[in-house]
Amino acid sequence: MMIFGYRVPMMASLMVWCVIWELVGQAGLIFLIPPLSSVLVAAAALVQTGTWQAAALITLHSFVVGMVLAIVVGVTLGVLMGRFKAVDDLFGIWVNIFVSAPLSALVPVLMILFGIGETTVIVTVFLFAVWIIVLDTRAGIQHVPNSLIEMGRSYGATTFALYSKIVLLAALPEILAGIRLGLVRGVKGVVIGQLLVSIIGYGELFELYSRSFDMENFWALTIILFAAAMLMSAAIEHVEKKVDYYAGVR
Amino acid sequence: MMAPTQVDGPVRAVHPPVEGGFSLRQYPAFWRMASLALFFLAWEIAGRVPISYAFPTFSATFAAFLSMLFDGSLFAAYGETLQPLIIGIAISGVIGIVLGIVMGLSRSAEWLVAPLFIVLQAAPMAALIPLITFVYGIGLVAKTLAVIMLALPVIVLNGYKAVRNANPSLVAMCRSFQGTKLQQIAKIIIPDASPVIFAGLRLGLAAGFIGVILAELLITPTGIGDLITYHRSVANYAEMYAAVVSIILVSTLTLAALEAFEMRVLRPEKRRG
Amino acid sequence: MTIPAAVQTLHPTSETVVEVRGICKKYSEVEALRLIDLDFPRGKLTTLLGPSGCGKTTLLKIIAGLIQATSGEVRVNGRTVTGPGPERAFVFQDFALMPWATVMRNVAFGLELQGMAKAERQSIARNYIAEVGLTGFEDKYPHELSGGMRQRVGLARAFAVNAEVLLLDEPFSAVDEQNRRKFQEDLLRLVDKERKTFIFVTHSIEEAVYVSDRIVLLSRRPGRVSQIIEPKIDRTASPDAIRRDQGYLDTVEEIWQGLKHYVD
Repeated sequence: MMIFGYRVPMMASLMVWCVIWELVGQAGLIFLIPPLSSVLVAAAALVQTGTWQAAALITLHSFVVGMVLAIVVGVTLGVLMGRFKAVDDLFGIWVNIFVSAPLSALVPVLMILFGIGETTVIVTVFLFAVWIIVLDTRAGIQHVPNSLIEMGRSYGATTFALYSKIVLLAALPEILAGIRLGLVRGVKGVVIGQLLVSIIGYGELFELYSRSFDMENFWALTIILFAAAMLMSAAIEHVEKKVDYYAGVR
Repeated sequence: MMAPTQVDGPVRAVHPPVEGGFSLRQYPAFWRMASLALFFLAWEIAGRVPISYAFPTFSATFAAFLSMLFDGSLFAAYGETLQPLIIGIAISGVIGIVLGIVMGLSRSAEWLVAPLFIVLQAAPMAALIPLITFVYGIGLVAKTLAVIMLALPVIVLNGYKAVRNANPSLVAMCRSFQGTKLQQIAKIIIPDASPVIFAGLRLGLAAGFIGVILAELLITPTGIGDLITYHRSVANYAEMYAAVVSIILVSTLTLAALEAFEMRVLRPEKRRG
Repeated sequence: MTIPAAVQTLHPTSETVVEVRGICKKYSEVEALRLIDLDFPRGKLTTLLGPSGCGKTTLLKIIAGLIQATSGEVRVNGRTVTGPGPERAFVFQDFALMPWATVMRNVAFGLELQGMAKAERQSIARNYIAEVGLTGFEDKYPHELSGGMRQRVGLARAFAVNAEVLLLDEPFSAVDEQNRRKFQEDLLRLVDKERKTFIFVTHSIEEAVYVSDRIVLLSRRPGRVSQIIEPKIDRTASPDAIRRDQGYLDTVEEIWQGLKHYVD
């Protein structure tokens, strides 16, 4: 987009949407949407409260634990599926089913199996994130050119060296793409898990503010959450760009 | 001057498997069956141990599934669940594809709208579902909105990316034969973009399933969500598991059907070979 | 055998179809082409040859009207080029075939865009499909064809619109060596038969000498005309005889000596 000969970065248009939000809020068109400015004020106040900090901490904790599990399991399973046909045949169908299954329906089952608490949320995060990481890792491993592997073998690489120095690194662009998508899904998982469990972390606050029609605080929560999700996604994308250069030349 | 593989430009190796390019077709029927059988066997054993008082065996779940199928409760529940899903996906599909194509073709539309949907796609929209109830109650409209909120961003973004990355070599070919702008869009860009647009529809449908179930569990006790909640509250775990498995089954089969439809109707070149 | 570029452009033959006058092309800071003056005579195959990055494809696309020159102009039959036109047809390096369309629809696509009725355009297309040796493949899709066959489809598509000038951008670079030789022979036959003006871009010296009536050597960035060579080869001889012909071998060697210092 060019305005008066200057390139305006794409994300700048979000400012336009913020202004529209403010105007809609000021006009009072929809009682659910307070002006952006008052939401920001509420957000500034909210982050200083102990309630929010405790909720954010527990949410972050569930998210991080679930994600670490998802990345470890996802990458491992993805590598195995990419390298061994038997593993691929055995798990392929399940990975493909669960990557697009309505996992929100599984949360009630998790709740009776793991109790109404943090464990359920962690498992939800794991289940939302892990499948796409498996799929992308598998695709990345399969895209590693055979000549690279043969090169490693012909220079006498041990199996461990072959995987750690060649296969995993060559598949890194896809693995990182999978992890980024997994993180995005994991955020959705932590929110859906907490909304359904509704007595811990962010879910509890969402429940509290939406029941008491405290829209400023409700939107403040949402904005902080969205911003955190965006920042994380952007950070991973930044790392991805650093390895992107060799995706084309492998 | 340039290696022929680079001519295609922005199509990168990293992303095809990501945005919905998966397929069950790559797994032969035998392995699919064997894998399913193995899973159900493991489930049966885990249920017999039992690993939890709330973990029914596979056979009990399957029996519950059959009885719910024959007493009509499953059909009634799906009637309530699928209606908002279909309406929501239809609306998202039309809006999403049109908006995506417009954004792919016009730089100013891209500038204004794309970042909004990038944010909505990355953000946990589910957080907003409780809000819908305040405006639209707990009826069909609320559920339909939940579906649209979750499904629309991915459909829009896929349409936009597909059109924006339409094969530049084909576009140049069309220009070199004096194709008009309209011919370029209708005969080159849209056919070239249609696989990715369709992948977006499939991803949107998957997100829509999540949305409608979430709405039923959270705000409107109807349909399959109600079935899950009800059987859980009276500790009919086999029935509850059967309802959960059935929704996963239905969504998987719907997605597979959509893919088969795409292959058959829109991609004649994929039919052979 | 060698005529300096200046002499050549000062004496355009009466049969000149494409005139290139003072073409310059700059991509922001990079100067791709500088002051190109060239004439392309009717019924001849002229090759643009040069090291990587000499702008030969850019020049071809400027002639095609696919890229705007920074300055200078291209005239076809005396009319200034402002964009693609019906008297020019382009053959793409990566074939540019529509994967969702059959060979028949791909070949007839230029005519389809002109709004020609289906029966009519298919009969023309069928003719050219036969001409490039693909009879029987009309209902196949591009992914079912080999690289060589795909480019035959691209060639048939360009012939089908009956353009006076055919622009070929490294058409055989994605085709394997054996098929390429066969292709070059077919191309010579078609040049002879169709009496069209061919402008051909390649980076293969042997290919250029084998197929060309004239070879324009471009220098490295910024691309300028450094030499024009007219190989003196008896085209009536068999393909194998041509490749062993002393004139052929001498011309290849001469061009290689000229280009060698560009190779790093």
